[in-house]
Order: sequence, then structure tokens, then C-alpha cells
Amino acid sequence: MPTDAPLLVSTRKGLFEVRGHGAAARIARAHFVGDNVTLAIVDRRDGAWYVVLDHGHFGVKLHRSDDGGATFTEVAVPAYPAKPEGFVDKDMWGKDREWALKGIWALAPALDAPGALWAGTLPGGLFRSDDRGATWTLCEALWQHPTRVKWNGGGADHAAIHSICVDPRDPRCVVVAVSSGGVWRTRDAGASWEPHTKGMKAGYVPPEQADWPEHQDPHCVVQSPSDPTVFWCQHHMGIWRSTDDLASWTQIVVEPTSFGFPVAVHPREPATAWFVPAHSDQKRTLIDGKVVVNRTRDGGQTFTALRAGLPQEHAYDLVFRHALDVAADGEQLAFGSSTGNLWVTDDQGDRWHQVAGHLPPIYAVRYG
Amino acid sequence: MATVAFTPNLQRHVPSPTVTAAGATVREVLERVFADNPRLRGYVVDEQGALRKHMAVFVDGQQLVDRAAQSDAVGPGSEIYVMQALSGG
Repeated sequence: MPTDAPLLVSTRKGLFEVRGHGAAARIARAHFVGDNVTLAIVDRRDGAWYVVLDHGHFGVKLHRSDDGGATFTEVAVPAYPAKPEGFVDKDMWGKDREWALKGIWALAPALDAPGALWAGTLPGGLFRSDDRGATWTLCEALWQHPTRVKWNGGGADHAAIHSICVDPRDPRCVVVAVSSGGVWRTRDAGASWEPHTKGMKAGYVPPEQADWPEHQDPHCVVQSPSDPTVFWCQHHMGIWRSTDDLASWTQIVVEPTSFGFPVAVHPREPATAWFVPAHSDQKRTLIDGKVVVNRTRDGGQTFTALRAGLPQEHAYDLVFRHALDVAADGEQLAFGSSTGNLWVTDDQGDRWHQVAGHLPPIYAVRYG
Repeated sequence: MATVAFTPNLQRHVPSPTVTAAGATVREVLERVFADNPRLRGYVVDEQGALRKHMAVFVDGQQLVDRAAQSDAVGPGSEIYVMQALSGG
């Protein structure tokens, strides 16, 4: 049964609200036209929209709508504490790392309290709000973790927490993924953290450091809602899956390429996942100009390249890590590209429908 | 009292009319302005109080020197312009 929730499309020049399904999907409204919208989500518990704006000159802002996008109110953004005197925190260029908000790259409802949110930020911060964005608190345990100062950029000049998975079995159990800084889990709502990267490999560091947690660059991590012991990861080096609750990861090779940024997992089928591949690390575009979505229904043993409705010549669309999503019904998906194309499906990707072809660069798509 | 004017580009985000405020340094003047217009603070400075990277401040025609702490001196009749720098953004 298709949902009637909006699809929020965040772009370099505005937020676009899509209504309708499949071939009938249309842009119903545009919000913040002209502004750089880097992420927008709907909190399905209370219907609130949260919209991240990056004004460049004027900094990163967060707006909330309590009436389904009719009006917006600016709320607070996470703020870093002052760096303690003498504390050494250098970035990969040897410069002092500024403890100041450079971006919000992940937002997720914190399911242990109404109106509570987690935010993943640049540089490398995890913040929590218990009042729908009115105030934010830094997760000190992760920020003070000894490896955190070794996290570097990957996707941005600053290390970034881009994926937040709140465990449906226990909302105090939260997994975050960092580019580039690995995969981390807390079981006590942020008081303590352990790395979970066993099996992952990095090819951009000396070989003896290839399996260090802080060197891993997971581009996107999702947790299966129906079997929370299953995680999927689109990593800089390819695709990994964990079926043992993060005790280990197993690499999955897809031909002709496993490179890409986003991943989505079916809400009720843990073995079903979608990826949008790109050519390679070296060539951040498509193979032979063809837009393809890869779908597996058997845990990654086999993949089907979905092409129906997608351009198969002279396309150069890159799909960023937050620009693919699956709706709660498990039938609808959407993805958007760096060149402003937006596609949706209502049959799990068997056929795609172009909603728009001239949008600004698309950073994120999220179903409400 | 110094006179403080803000870039027109800011107005659609936060209404920020030209105001007068007292202070011996740019920081002191800005703090008084922010006290009356709290939402403006985060658009001009970051959470550590440093002038945002792509903002520019002029005091009597001279570009601000101390971007981190805005300790540049302000005279009683100074004119301060808070502008967008022609960089980034």
C-alpha cells in the first residue's frame, strides 16, 4: 500500500516536496528556493520536518516545520565547546582543527524519547537534542575518544558523521558511520563507544594500517529494520555486509563495479538492498554513460542491474550518499543526482520514472 | 556610539537594521547588537565568537584585523559595516 508521506528532495538551490507515486509523482511545492539545502527529514513520530541549510557566508542553520511545510521556524544548531587550552587537535594538513560547526550531515530521531534527535556533524561530532532542536548537547564520549582526532576528511575536508542507525531492539543502542573514521556503536545512549569494522579494508593507507578502524571510509551504512543484526555498507573500497550484529563484515563484489555512495535496505526483507554504482574512485561518473541501480534480493549473492526508465547513453549523474531512499512500504524508492535528475519507482526499481530533469544538484532524498 | 550596518543580503534571513551601539572594540559593539537581536549572532560569528570565514567587517573604512576576537578599536563616532566577503559562498 503506497504511503502518502512526502518525499523531501534537498538540493543546492532549495527543498522540493514530491507527492504522488511512480509515474504520477510530481513536485508539489518548493521551499527555501535559492538556499543551499543539504538535508531534510521527516520525524515520523510527530510529522515534524527538519531542514538543514548551509548559507555559506552566514553558516549552517536548522529549520523545523510543525505543519507539513506550510511554515518553518529556525531552531538551534549544534555548537561545539571551546577547545581546552593546550589540547592538540590537528587536521590532515597539520592545521589546528576548528571546533566550530561546518555542516550537519545526518539527522535521525532518537527513539528513546519523544522529540529527541541525533545529529551527525562536521567536523566529526555527534549531538543530541531532547527538545526538537531547541538545544543540542555534544556526545562527549565519542568526541573525546582517542581515535577521534585521527578522523580525517572523506567526502568533505572535515571528518563527518553521515549515517546514524538507531537500533529498533533498543533505542539506546546507536550505530554511527564516519567518513573517514569507521563505524562505531554505543549501547548506552552515547556514554561509551566501540569500533565495529572487522573485515573492512582501506586501500588508501599503508598496507599494515588497512584494517585500522579509524581509516575506514564507509560512505553510507544502513541497518535492517526487520532483522537488526544485518547491516549494509557502501564503503569507499566497495560493498560490505554484516549478518552477525557487527561482529564482522564480509565484502561483496559486484561486477563491473562496487564503487558508489548510497545504500538502502528493504524495511521488511534484510537480504534486499539497493545501490547506485559509479565508475570508480578514480572516475566519479558512470560506466558508459548509463544510469543503473543494483538490487540484490539474496543478501548480495546476486545483483540485478535495474535500467528500465533510466537513461542509457551520455548520462553523467553521480548519486551522493544521502540521495537514495526507500519508503516505509518497501515498494517506493527515489534517487537524485548531481546533475539534477530525480527518479522514483513504485515497484522496487523494476521501472523508474523521471520526476524532474533540471533540478539543482541533489544532496539528499528522504521519504516521510 | 558606533553605527553598525549589515549587508542587505542578510535581511531576508534575519532582519538586521542599522543600529547604534556603544563599545570600545568591535566585539563589545557587536555583543550589544546581538543582545538586542540574538538570532543575528550565529549569522555573523561562529560558536567560538570568531567572525565567519566569508564575512568581512570594516571599521571606518579599514578591514577588521582581529577576526578571531574582534579586538579592533572603535571610536565614539565610528561606522562599522558587516558585509559579505567576495569569497566562498
